[in-house]
Amino acid sequence: MTIFNLFRKQRSAPTARERLQVLLAHERSSSGSDLVSLLREEILAVIAKHVQVDSDKVQVKMDRDENVTILEIDVEIPLGAVSQAA
Amino acid sequence: MGKVIVVTSGKGGVGKTTSTAALGAALAQRNERVVVVDFDVGLRNLDLVMGAERRVVYDLINVIQGEAKLTQALIRDKRLETLYLLPASQTRDKDNLTPEGVERVITELKRVFDWVICDSPAGIESGATLAMRHADMAVVVTNPEVSSVRDSDRIIGLLDSKTMKAERGERMEKHLLLTRYDANRAERGDMLKVEDVLEILSIPLLGIIPESMDVLRASNIGSPVTLADARSAPAMAYFDAARRLAGEVLPITIPGEKRGIFGKIFARRAA
Repeated sequence: MTIFNLFRKQRSAPTARERLQVLLAHERSSSGSDLVSLLREEILAVIAKHVQVDSDKVQVKMDRDENVTILEIDVEIPLGAVSQAA
Repeated sequence: MGKVIVVTSGKGGVGKTTSTAALGAALAQRNERVVVVDFDVGLRNLDLVMGAERRVVYDLINVIQGEAKLTQALIRDKRLETLYLLPASQTRDKDNLTPEGVERVITELKRVFDWVICDSPAGIESGATLAMRHADMAVVVTNPEVSSVRDSDRIIGLLDSKTMKAERGERMEKHLLLTRYDANRAERGDMLKVEDVLEILSIPLLGIIPESMDVLRASNIGSPVTLADARSAPAMAYFDAARRLAGEVLPITIPGEKRGIFGKIFARRAA
């Protein structure tokens, strides 16, 4: 947080307000957070239907901001698994 | 094998989550592998104080229920490579936190990390007792205030009876972390003094964290105070406390006192 060290007088409350607004907007719309976990489960299920994937090789990441949620699903598909499914 | 620490207090709002984040980061800043675990199911906040609230995908309950692997649920800190967070669930019922599940997760974490720091929920219900269950040592966070001291005393009783260590007949190592301390008010007689609290609770002192604006500022921006401003008074107090946790013997200083004039450095042994 170098920027806060450089400008020691900078107020941190606006940052707090913004972070809370983003977080609570997502938490209050329970349908929104359900959608992400639903998508996550279904996408993984579809992949598992076609390819045998080691669950250790699946990375799910998320990042939210005011307007969008980014759901990033990273699946390592071994060569053998692909030919098996095809 | 890593060490398991529970950060507990009984009373809410005394600084458990702040202290978990600050001690965890302070240890990771020494290049030790640290995971901070949020046990406050339904009311998680460690993610927010650590600034990782937008990145939570899986949580402790998912891991316990077998819906996610531990490696998938662990969130790596963006600032410190050796610092990880295992968040609590915000939506699930806390009854999903089973003793067997908690034991399995803690055992796995101990294998990988040097420090497993469990942030206990307030109260004395199952969440709090499960958080302390597998601890090797406890950090009892206390404010210099009557209700906090009373609740800490109650928690010390639970640490000595409800933990695995206690049940095996071993002694649970307990350390007092006095937070929100104002040396001037204590000097004026408006606040319990360090000695008062130590005399009542009679457990060794891990550190004294001064009441400070820097703590609120750090949580505002989502950063452990030891990372947000490493040279602030509370950060330095947390760094010292972390060193004591790691076994170093340091003299305890009371932050905010005019040490230059009176040399009020307490040579009290920490451990």
